[in-house]
Amino acid sequence: MSLTPTKQPIIPRIKRETIKSLIRSGERVDGRKPEEYRKISVWLNPVPKAEGSALVKLGDTTVMTGTKLEIGTPFSDRPNEGVLQVHAEFVPLASPSFEPGPPDENAIEAARVIDRCLREPRAVRLEDLVIIPGKKVWLVFNDIYLLDHDGNVIDASMLSTMLSLNMAKIPKIVSIEDDNVIIEKTVKERPLPINLNVVTVSIGLLEGYMIVDPTLEEEIVLDTKIVIGVDEKGRIVGIQKTGMEGIKPSQLDDIIDLALKKSQELHSIIREVLNNPNAYTTPLVLQ
Amino acid sequence: MIEKPVLIRDDGLRHDGRRPDELRSIKMQVGILKNADGSAYVEYGRTKVVAAVYGPREVHPRHLALPDRALIRCRYHMAPFSTSDRKSPAPSRREIELSKVIREALEAVIFSELYPRTSIDIFIEVLQADGGTRTTGLTAASLALADAGIPMRDLIAGVAVGKVDGVLVLDIDELEDEYGEADMPIGYAASIDEIMLLQLNGVLTPEEFRRAIELAKEGARKIYDQMKKTLHDKYLKIIEK
Repeated sequence: MSLTPTKQPIIPRIKRETIKSLIRSGERVDGRKPEEYRKISVWLNPVPKAEGSALVKLGDTTVMTGTKLEIGTPFSDRPNEGVLQVHAEFVPLASPSFEPGPPDENAIEAARVIDRCLREPRAVRLEDLVIIPGKKVWLVFNDIYLLDHDGNVIDASMLSTMLSLNMAKIPKIVSIEDDNVIIEKTVKERPLPINLNVVTVSIGLLEGYMIVDPTLEEEIVLDTKIVIGVDEKGRIVGIQKTGMEGIKPSQLDDIIDLALKKSQELHSIIREVLNNPNAYTTPLVLQ
Repeated sequence: MIEKPVLIRDDGLRHDGRRPDELRSIKMQVGILKNADGSAYVEYGRTKVVAAVYGPREVHPRHLALPDRALIRCRYHMAPFSTSDRKSPAPSRREIELSKVIREALEAVIFSELYPRTSIDIFIEVLQADGGTRTTGLTAASLALADAGIPMRDLIAGVAVGKVDGVLVLDIDELEDEYGEADMPIGYAASIDEIMLLQLNGVLTPEEFRRAIELAKEGARKIYDQMKKTLHDKYLKIIEK
């Protein structure tokens, strides 16, 4: 059952009012412009035991994603495709309002939004992950781990997911006897086949004013938020409205235009990172 | 894998004979359950949903009560026999997500601040699923809330627009959802002109998205009129008695 959220961090009324009045005047509490993302830092392959991994910091929001590959059976209605699964865990160390236990509705929503944004434009070439049609395929497990929560978890998770998938390497298949597939996890054969990259742009709305990449404090004050998935070709590949207020249909055009504009920035960051992967291997915490 | 069926026929009509901008046959009734404070039964074609509202009532467990507003709880659930393969009655990840988006849509219209320290519980049960269950459920929940006499800013009509064989179509059914290119459910409050629920599962160009929103609003407005009439008729019947 879904409940009205009760455990949000408490923000003093004076601060709420400040955040609101700044947004109304085209400013932000942290000095950003309405259409400005926080600084994005990337650490590629922080977990070499995973087939691929990436840590992304979006301001203070920190997300680590690991991609694991295993051999398994395909879905019976899709015998000629591998399997992609996206999960998200909002672990209790990430925020005072998180508790241990199975993923709550917010974690499930984040994982499902990212899953859809990858699945619909066929971001991962699942048909290249078949070993024995109908019997053995690669299962791709993409696990999102939120380590520090300061708002806009979905955009940060999508970035780290996309980088982790791009870094992932498929282990070598040593032998196939009957239906028995033997792999050597330490030897990597080829990269995980990616068709195209996808980013999400989260736009917060307050009384009709738009901001991108809201911090946690801003998210609590906002009326509503809309997450828009955009692929490299500028197509919309997923939308999720969250939050407890409505949106004027007449504003959707502006929202989509802003999302398309900001998506190009995020795509160029992904391209820049993937073109120079060696420049992004510095551990972000041990400096 | 089963071969993809023809979704748009040569005559431009859909697999079930509808025009692209045509809704399925929609039926609705309120006050169908004795125990619930408000209830509604809604059919969009072969999709059948019942919704019930309990409240405002005392919150259990007590510590969940909010001092300045009602706690709203919502459960979207599919009956095990509602789908072709039996669905496990345990809540799936999909049901957890849909419960959340439906609750958030309804939070936007309910005057929850009128009932502090109470709960308003909304239960949606899908009896038969043939596409558009979340939108049918949202329509039913909105009617049940009105039937329970809970003050609201507006009613919400749910409807999905899809893209099948490259054509934007209104109110997609299961077949069109399964083999189509996109599914965009929306919840629209027609009088105050606000979108309360918006999701997109699929790929659309920005231009297609704009047209899809227009199509969805048109369809939702028709459903909205039928919702108002359904509520109206209930009270007309009481007066006649």
